Amino acid sequence: MSGVPRVLWVPAALAWLLVAVPVAGLIVRVDLSNFFGLVTSPAALAALWLSLKTGLATMVCCLVLGGPLAIVLARSHLPGLPFIRSVVLLPLVLPPVVGGLTLLFLLGRTGPVGGFLYDRFDITVPFSTTAVVLAQTFVAMPFLVVSLEGSLRTAGERYEAVAATLGASPVTTLWRVTVPVVLPGLLSGSVLAFARALGEFGATITFAGSLQGTTRTLPLLIYLQSQDDIDGAVAMSLVLVVIAIVVIVVSRTRDLR
Amino acid sequence: MSTQPSPRTARRSAVLVAALAALLGLALAACGGSGSSDQAQQDPPKTLTVSAAASLTEVYQGLAQQFQAANPGVTVKFNFGGSDQLAQQVVQGAPADVLATASTKTMQTAVQAGKIQGEPVVYATNKLQIAVAPNNPKQVAQLADLTKPGVTSVVCAPAVPCGAAAVAAEKAANVTLKPVSEEQDVKGVLTRVETGNADGGLVYVTDVKSAAGKVTGVDFPQASAQGVTQSYPIGVVTGSADPQLAQSWVSFVTGPQGKAALQQAGFTTK
Repeated sequence: MSGVPRVLWVPAALAWLLVAVPVAGLIVRVDLSNFFGLVTSPAALAALWLSLKTGLATMVCCLVLGGPLAIVLARSHLPGLPFIRSVVLLPLVLPPVVGGLTLLFLLGRTGPVGGFLYDRFDITVPFSTTAVVLAQTFVAMPFLVVSLEGSLRTAGERYEAVAATLGASPVTTLWRVTVPVVLPGLLSGSVLAFARALGEFGATITFAGSLQGTTRTLPLLIYLQSQDDIDGAVAMSLVLVVIAIVVIVVSRTRDLR
Repeated sequence: MSTQPSPRTARRSAVLVAALAALLGLALAACGGSGSSDQAQQDPPKTLTVSAAASLTEVYQGLAQQFQAANPGVTVKFNFGGSDQLAQQVVQGAPADVLATASTKTMQTAVQAGKIQGEPVVYATNKLQIAVAPNNPKQVAQLADLTKPGVTSVVCAPAVPCGAAAVAAEKAANVTLKPVSEEQDVKGVLTRVETGNADGGLVYVTDVKSAAGKVTGVDFPQASAQGVTQSYPIGVVTGSADPQLAQSWVSFVTGPQGKAALQQAGFTTK
């Protein structure tokens, strides 16, 4: 309060309003009398379930793949580390549609990898729930990597060095020292990745397509409904807003501790 | 820090405020400035804004060239998109002189909101075709062939006009398709077939034509059934800045030149 220059109050308030007012407008626009019916329709429930399922799967993929990557980025002394890091961060700045296209050209039936899978094993990757998880992992992974690498760098290597001098093997050091120390960062990174996966639209629709129960997640359903059933789209949007708020509250309370 | 800022801090704050305001002004100008500034120098600056269904893109752009040549000083600007969205935009008061949708249902949304002057005119129809890879490797000859094992199909979602037409065609043919994806618009279906990720997709004849050899179109009898063919209505938007000019675009599109261009693109004209 006393430390904040007064000139900052007006733009700060504008910035807050820019986010808050549209969300409030959405809440006002919700057709409350039909709300329950709209969000429990078969299409809505299928999308909600699919979104939660693929979101969790994405989170696990990010942890299993992104976690080790963050450790390598923070602790190893590989040559070309800055280059490796910039590639990992690419999905943060790329439009998700571009991500979807790159996945499609690689794993589609005519792509180099997808073509091989289709010809040899009769496996079609696009249009499957696996494709949804792949697309979501593509866009969500950097969130976990960035968050975890930050935690690792803040924590420093002192405890690990001490553990090593006491005779702990690298694997023991990882599990008994490194992971416990960066646990908060690991958790908030996972929650962020989950949240990003829940909101993913462009890569999913481009790469995985849109089919109820298989690939049509909540954002895809909202976009589809916005074409002819605005009330349904608004109701589902509110559900997504509520989930997002819960996720933010959960990850923030972690940070404050 | 005290509550009363020193003169020096105040001056610095004022500079900061001015800088921030200038920055904000610059940002806003950059966001919204493109349209207004470059109209000023033309002598009779007449701009006609046409909101048209995405499937009309090629035909309308070609017709606009002819229209502008015949009416010097007139610029035709387009807002292409999904018919539902365009109708919604017009209802919400988006500036448009002419609305041309790809279904009577979407046009009706605008008519019922009192946004169309008089009756809209249906001037063209479009029908479905099965888009397959060039030379039809899976030998798709009718709608039922899309349900064969090993044949993946893609359609539009039933909520959008091309999807509603697909559902009607399935009903008429007594076939239930099991699409691997329901796309948001017809170009999405076309892309799935073009990129080889689906074996067959229900699109319009005009889409197959515009794909120029990248897909082959297969006719099927149910495409001409009632409720399957797609009607294209056009109407002048209420509150148009220049209703006369808007009406002359409508007459042009529904006239001989418009018909020729529409037919060439694969539409059936009335």
